[in-house]
Amino acid sequence: MPGLEDLYREIILDHYRSPRNRGELESPPAVRVEGFNPLCGDEIVVTLDVVDGVVADIKIAGTGCSISQSSASLMSAAVKGKSVEEARALIATFKGMMSIHEATLPSGAGTGDGAASEAPEPQAIDIDALGELAALQGVVKFPVRIKCATLSWNTLAQCLDESAAV
Amino acid sequence: MAELNTPAAGVPVLDAATLAKDFPLLSREIHGRPITYLDSAASSQRPTAVLDAMREYDETTHANVHRGVYTIAEEATRRFEAARTSVGRFIGAPDPGREVVFTKNATEALNLVAHTWGRTHLGQGDVVVLTEMEHHANIVPWHMLAAEVGIVLRWIPIDDTGRLVLDDLDGILDGAKLLGLTCMSNVLGTLNPVADLAEAAHRAGAVVLADACQSVPHLPTDVTELGVDFLAFSAHKMLGPTGIGVLWGREELLAEMPPFLGGGEMILDVRKDGFTPNDIPWRFEAGTPPITEAIGLGAAVDYLEAVGMDAVRAHEIALTAYALEALDARFGDGIRIFGPAEPEARGGVLSFALGDVHPHDISQILDEYGVCVRAGHHCAKPLMRRLGVNATARASFALYNDEHDVDTLVVALDAARKFFA
Repeated sequence: MPGLEDLYREIILDHYRSPRNRGELESPPAVRVEGFNPLCGDEIVVTLDVVDGVVADIKIAGTGCSISQSSASLMSAAVKGKSVEEARALIATFKGMMSIHEATLPSGAGTGDGAASEAPEPQAIDIDALGELAALQGVVKFPVRIKCATLSWNTLAQCLDESAAV
Repeated sequence: MAELNTPAAGVPVLDAATLAKDFPLLSREIHGRPITYLDSAASSQRPTAVLDAMREYDETTHANVHRGVYTIAEEATRRFEAARTSVGRFIGAPDPGREVVFTKNATEALNLVAHTWGRTHLGQGDVVVLTEMEHHANIVPWHMLAAEVGIVLRWIPIDDTGRLVLDDLDGILDGAKLLGLTCMSNVLGTLNPVADLAEAAHRAGAVVLADACQSVPHLPTDVTELGVDFLAFSAHKMLGPTGIGVLWGREELLAEMPPFLGGGEMILDVRKDGFTPNDIPWRFEAGTPPITEAIGLGAAVDYLEAVGMDAVRAHEIALTAYALEALDARFGDGIRIFGPAEPEARGGVLSFALGDVHPHDISQILDEYGVCVRAGHHCAKPLMRRLGVNATARASFALYNDEHDVDTLVVALDAARKFFA
């Protein structure tokens, strides 16, 4: 049985208590997207400045639980200064970690054989590439909280889409 | 705090710890600790009497109702209709056999009124009055009708203690066609003065639809005393099964309402050129109804009647008083409890904010202690906005909870506070 220490790692609590890149960038020029978790009413605001294909600045606002807030804080620190491609790759890796069983199944599987109900070891995901973000790995053991952890990442993905469309 | 358990003279008492033994789930352990179930406002647990009644019916009597002439079909029909009568009697329905409609849940009961009564009586510009503390189930059907036929919504506000502000009640009700209100808030616990509001609404010419999901399981209910026209509630919050809810309606209103869903059971005759709807209440029960669930609901009513609703109410007032004192003693200003401060003015539903700790995190830590509370917006987002929060944590009581459950809650909350300090 997963324990609370799997969920509330020290890095997570640190980012929850002292969130990085807190606030909002002036928009425009920054792209601004609001994300909602209809299950719990949490909301997050991501503002993003992309300059020459690089995430020049990012700020996080909104309210939420320790998992959604720390995930957003860790995310902001991880993507700041990265290229848009690197940021997108990180989103894919992180979301892969949050839905391990889907990522490791061959495409087209997912019906019937029962493999999807077990969470195998994360072979397909390069956890090392995630650095501090790997601290959020334990969230997978608490399925109700996965949406908390992915809220900011989905919102960031939307930001990148919108900045690409500008 | 022991004196809080001393019942007033003449009020029957119940022994929660003994009753809890009737509920198999309550003997479960969570993470190696005895379960402390404090989420009965979302769904209550079921006593063996209910589970046995459903099983016994399935094993001995099941057949479709209102169909066959063979023995078990007739028995099934008789038991199904007996459950209807028993539910009607439980809420003081003048004509239980005709006025009690079985639905899927309370949400469907409220939608039924909006769909059938609403569509025949409401049009462009007609006013429906709701309160700021309604559950989404008594808001969204009216929003949908507004989009469809152009009704206008007005709202009775609440004050900072979680009570309805009734200073301008006659003004708000002026010209209204319907008042929809909850008997007891599922977030604040506030018990609303339903009878007074119904009287004012009737003076204004409005019909009154009451959401009684939180009140029917916890205090004596008499639709005649309440003076409402429709009353909706759910079986699974009153020790019964999921899958069945109840709409009670005044006979003369139900009798002139068109059907809800179309299909079998709700017709007297079907021709190529049309159909003739059945009599009430079956007119509103298209298709095979939840028969086993109705038997379970009937057994839940029997259980509650045997305990006595006066005893349930007295127990929950005492327990709520104990909880309010215990939480205040431990956390003082560190906890904000929403809703009226007086136990008599509320039901056993305590929504709270514990410092800055997010309700999700509270609930997660409490789970480690085997304590089940709800965290979220409780399907009452307009109320959340009024309270200025995104979500709350909520502990709610039923007849099987006692002071020990409250003590465990306080210990677990203290751990949550320290964890996130």
